[in-house]
Amino acid sequence: MRRELHYDVVVIGAGVAGLTSAARLAEGGARVCVLAKGVGSTHLAPGTVDVLGYDPDRVAEPGRALPSFVEAHPGHPYALLGTEAIASALEWFRARVADGPQDGYGYVGGLERNRLLPTAVGAARPSALVPETMAAGELDAGGEVCVVGFRALRDFHASYLAANVGGRALEAEVDVGRVEANALGIARRFEEKEFRSAFVDRVGPRLREGERLAMPAVLGLRDPHGVWAELEQRLGRPIFEVPTLPPSVPGMRVFDLLRAALRRAGGRLVMGAEVTGAEAEGERITGVRAHTSGGDTVYRARRVVLATGGFASGGLQLDADWVARETVLGLALRDAPAPSEERFKPEYFGEQPMARAGVAVDARLRPPGVRGVLVVGAALAGAEPWREGSGEGIALSSGHRAAELLLAEAGAGKAPAPSEATA
Amino acid sequence: MTDVLHELLRGSLDHCVKCTICETACPVSNVTPLFPGPKYEGPQAERYRVQGEPSVDASVDYCSGCGICTQVCPQGVKIAELNAHARHDMKREGGVPLRDRIVARPAVLGRLGTPVAPIANRTLRSRPLRVLAEKALGVHRKAPVPRFAGRTFRRFAERHRSPAAARRAVFFHGCGTQYYEPDVGEKVVAILEHNGFEVVIPKQDCCGLPLQSNGLFDDARGYVTRLARALAPHAADDSVIVGNATSCTLMLKREAREILGLEDDPDLQLVSERTYDVCELLLELHDQGELRTDFEPVEEVVAYHAPCQQQGHFIGKPALELLELIPELRVVEMDARCCGIAGTYGLKREKYEIAMAVGADLFAQVRAADVDLVACDSETCRWQIEHCTEAPSVHPIELLHRAYGL
Repeated sequence: MRRELHYDVVVIGAGVAGLTSAARLAEGGARVCVLAKGVGSTHLAPGTVDVLGYDPDRVAEPGRALPSFVEAHPGHPYALLGTEAIASALEWFRARVADGPQDGYGYVGGLERNRLLPTAVGAARPSALVPETMAAGELDAGGEVCVVGFRALRDFHASYLAANVGGRALEAEVDVGRVEANALGIARRFEEKEFRSAFVDRVGPRLREGERLAMPAVLGLRDPHGVWAELEQRLGRPIFEVPTLPPSVPGMRVFDLLRAALRRAGGRLVMGAEVTGAEAEGERITGVRAHTSGGDTVYRARRVVLATGGFASGGLQLDADWVARETVLGLALRDAPAPSEERFKPEYFGEQPMARAGVAVDARLRPPGVRGVLVVGAALAGAEPWREGSGEGIALSSGHRAAELLLAEAGAGKAPAPSEATA
Repeated sequence: MTDVLHELLRGSLDHCVKCTICETACPVSNVTPLFPGPKYEGPQAERYRVQGEPSVDASVDYCSGCGICTQVCPQGVKIAELNAHARHDMKREGGVPLRDRIVARPAVLGRLGTPVAPIANRTLRSRPLRVLAEKALGVHRKAPVPRFAGRTFRRFAERHRSPAAARRAVFFHGCGTQYYEPDVGEKVVAILEHNGFEVVIPKQDCCGLPLQSNGLFDDARGYVTRLARALAPHAADDSVIVGNATSCTLMLKREAREILGLEDDPDLQLVSERTYDVCELLLELHDQGELRTDFEPVEEVVAYHAPCQQQGHFIGKPALELLELIPELRVVEMDARCCGIAGTYGLKREKYEIAMAVGADLFAQVRAADVDLVACDSETCRWQIEHCTEAPSVHPIELLHRAYGL
């Protein structure tokens, strides 16, 4: 026995890009295994799909803005993907939400227009596709807003948010059972009928006619649609969730629904298995070595999808000698300043020289120097997601695109013969 | 514990970015404020722990040691391992209750109970005596306890002659099989032989995991090194070591090395590298096209729960994939983290209710799934699941055995 397993495709990373890629591949009939060091960034993200928010001014219609955006940024991942692939990824995601384990939960929107939703501090965030539980939060909708907070949730300040969106704030005055709780703890309480009733009883009488109700995103993990719809009905007004600091409940819902899609299609997920290196024949990657208790396991695969994320996730690294590289396969990075050049600028939110560093790929998402590998998500070069408002859009659409490319390749009878595929 | 090891563990805490992913996954802190959570208790409190100085926070005792925090951490922080050390240090300072010393020695209990199994089983189920045991010792009166089989697996092992075969497997059966479920061990042997293994069953004792999780590191080291010495000579050639007690195989693979600091023990190193969880081994055989799939249909609905310690192998859920090979068997994967028992945690008077609250999600899922059986790789988890759901619980291997018609 050698601790060795065989798959059609191994995906490294369990964030939006990796899970999307894997689930779509499994749906297309590929034998897929996702290897992840830990849970991905879903739990830290707001759960919205932001495709293009700024260019550099705020974008109203991402679908219409994309062609000129990619023309101006030929090295951007969107330039490799194209608007059509982004749209079909969004469509795929919406359908997975509908089929997901959260009964009745849905997303609204698309590339037609961005919705301006408030962040926890009341800043406007332009998102293309948003959970239904957030949709009533559009800042340009007009009308009065009342923000309800929970004393135990110390990361969400209702009055701060209210002041910035021109509304008023209330403390829910319900007992969440703890002096201090995070968003997930409160979300679990909202899954209890008695807690919802207590909330309605305490908050309902203090609301004013015509007010929309803003809440931290705590309306349940497993049945957000049920919780949200019930509260809207009982309080007789639109209610919307506002993303919180981590842990992000709407982000966890995304993880749960993508994982469910992967499992439904027969794909495998191995958590805790950090990939430490690759097996190669010449330039061709034939598998990866993953950390398993007791010793490494080799996962052989015809193709490897690298979805390990950017600097924040450890997929990219800047070492002590100021050399930036990709950490699993050691791929070279594009757009990284040379060791002698300026790397950072004093303006925190300014254009940082290191910001667009990442793995360069061709239109089929293949990096130079190795064969049998596709790169997706935040490891890709050329984007500045926090300035563009494009992180989830890049993750989702590149992950989906990689799967479509590999399925097409297999459909054309190319995948089984490794020598032909990357010609 | 070696200083080097401790420094490596401590070094990992600098990778913590306070993302709270471990907090979302911790089964204990999500149900009780008595445990403030892995981020707080691990990388944060660790900065205040100084060797030779008093422990900073008694709440670390409420960590169940399930290890999920380490599994889900995207930054590689050894949270559970740091907490195991903190718990050990605290218990060394404050003393270890007699109760913990007793429940942490399943082999001693097994040796005492086996010859008098009928009496022992009645005693363990006598309500007045359990109330007494709760008052005198602190073992909760309702906590699930296994039934002594009245015979040991060793007795079978000594009589059994495994036919010579091209491949050899060394069977590590653990205390659960030895004293409580010898039939499960017999089924493992039958399945391995059916798949072309000659099975060697060396004389063996406890792996020391319960001692380790109760903070009795020195005693645990003694047990696990003795076990490694018993197994290593048989694994010197190409043989694999196969275990059916998933938390005990994890002890051999990783925990003894990472938590007890036995990285340099050559026997343990060999044993660690050669040890397979039985489902892991069978799945690898299947991957290579060498697993016999002459399964007969099993027309049942079974819930599968992967125990926390099984997830700590970092191998996914091989049992799930194996069960899916059985015709007609409908497998419902449970999506709850933990049954609550965590070895000996849920037995303790002050922790029983917490363990029940931890497991509530799983128990509700089992009931909702309306299944004939629950399959789960760990014996203490099976006992807890049976205790709380009344659904009969089996090792996945028992379903494979049935499907093979052995």
